Amino acid sequence: MTQSASLTVDHLSVNYRDVQALRNINFSVAPGQLVGIFGPNGAGKSTLVKAMLGLTPIVTGMVHYGNQSLWEQRDRTAYVPQRSQIDWTFPATVWDVVLMGRTRNAGWFRRISNVSHRIAMEALERVDMADFRHRRIGALSGGQQQRVFLARALAQQADVFFFDEPFVGVDQKTEDILFQIFRELAAEQKIVLVVNHDLGESITHFGQLLLLNKELVAFGSQQQVLTTTHMTRAYGGHVQFFSRHVA
Amino acid sequence: MGGMFSSFLAMSLNPMATLAIVNWLTEPLQYGFMQRSLMVAVMVGVICAVVGSYLMVQRLALLGDAISHSLLPGLAMAFLLGINIFVGAFVAGVISTVLIAWIHRRSPVKEDAAMGIVFSAFFALGITLITVIQKDNKIDLNHFLFGNILGVTASEVRDTAIIAVLVLTCVMLLYKELLFYSFDPLGAQASGLPVGLLNAGLMVLIAMTVVASMKAVGVILVLALLITPGATAYLLVPRLHQVMALGAGIGVFSSIAGMYLSYYFNLPSGPAIVLVTFSLFMLAFLFGPQYGVLTNPSQSPGELPLLKEIKGLLRH
Repeated sequence: MTQSASLTVDHLSVNYRDVQALRNINFSVAPGQLVGIFGPNGAGKSTLVKAMLGLTPIVTGMVHYGNQSLWEQRDRTAYVPQRSQIDWTFPATVWDVVLMGRTRNAGWFRRISNVSHRIAMEALERVDMADFRHRRIGALSGGQQQRVFLARALAQQADVFFFDEPFVGVDQKTEDILFQIFRELAAEQKIVLVVNHDLGESITHFGQLLLLNKELVAFGSQQQVLTTTHMTRAYGGHVQFFSRHVA
Repeated sequence: MGGMFSSFLAMSLNPMATLAIVNWLTEPLQYGFMQRSLMVAVMVGVICAVVGSYLMVQRLALLGDAISHSLLPGLAMAFLLGINIFVGAFVAGVISTVLIAWIHRRSPVKEDAAMGIVFSAFFALGITLITVIQKDNKIDLNHFLFGNILGVTASEVRDTAIIAVLVLTCVMLLYKELLFYSFDPLGAQASGLPVGLLNAGLMVLIAMTVVASMKAVGVILVLALLITPGATAYLLVPRLHQVMALGAGIGVFSSIAGMYLSYYFNLPSGPAIVLVTFSLFMLAFLFGPQYGVLTNPSQSPGELPLLKEIKGLLRH
């Protein structure tokens, strides 16, 4: 399959216990797109990402990358969970975490190769964390931890990247590096999906926006998505601060 | 302090004293039962620390307890049916783990509650079975609960060795996958690792380890060997494989030291081993270079560290 495949979500519905968490989600992302997934708390943003990756049970729906199910091509996906989902007291160094990104590639019962070590090192250099590689992961700041996870995702050399709330609790330098690399990945015809609930200045970095509130409210360019009708549907009547971006 | 140390040094340089120490160390080894039990103690010390490290980092310490208690009816059934106790225990371990997962997944009951329900019921069933059959068979409930390492037979040494080799081989072969899975299960799954299989494999390793440790410390105390050496090492070294290696060293030292204490002071061997591991843990907890409560660099000078700790505990 060529690298320029599209990501298609078809009739995706998810229940959490007996409550419907996501209702009939349909959209398609072209290669080279950087997509921001927005919506209020409890809109199902993280659930959407997990359901797309097959990490949570779904009621109905399919996710395709190219003409094959995404769940059969997990070696082409990389996922960075929310920082709160990780136990930062785990006994691992920065280097251990980045090498996890090469685990799948190495294959069963094999050592991680020298080539993989080089790829991991390059990924660390790209996020400016190479000097920290012998540090315990718990000894870093939130931003540094997020950059290490970005390096792990880069080391996976995936084609579709999922980031869940990567900007929570990070410094400006980290935010700049994250967006810089997201843009570079998009330029390499990869697909990057980023869950974000901050509707501030950073929204302009995304090529496409996906507005979610249990169902897909709007998907497309900023001009298409950031309309008063859509925002009221997603957030209720409480949001005014986006007016600056509204076309 | 210095005086004591130098006199100790002088004593140990004294050939007579050296001989006495060597005698003290070698005397128990003349007995076949001590050789066998020390061999088992060393093997169990290693595999418990290695496998237990996974339980500790995944916050599944209670699961180790659940599995070990659940094995009891399997041991009893094995005696009753005349099959290998390792097989019986293993089957019971698998059944209880599946039952815990089933209750947890198919009802709103949380995992820790499911463990509590299942392991206490299995434990009760085990005690009932053993009490019923111990009259006719020459077995002793206490040996199941607290171990009977001095009574290990040559074939049990062999079985333990087989399990130890199997467990260590699996951990070495699956180390990188289990590291990723235990640190970030969702990230590992998204990268394409079969996390369900890895988790099942880990459970099997734990069950095998507990079964192998049964003779040494019994079902009640095995948790100490699974968790404490790894937790001690965790306070001292930063990476998982280092935690496992140092933990194994601590486990082996504790097992041997516990056996000697047991031999010379006529103490029950299982509890003696556990108390040595706990002493080592407290040493690391209080005096470790990085996290030591009384020695870590963040201590403010001037205040007595112990006093500060007591005040801190009272405040919260």
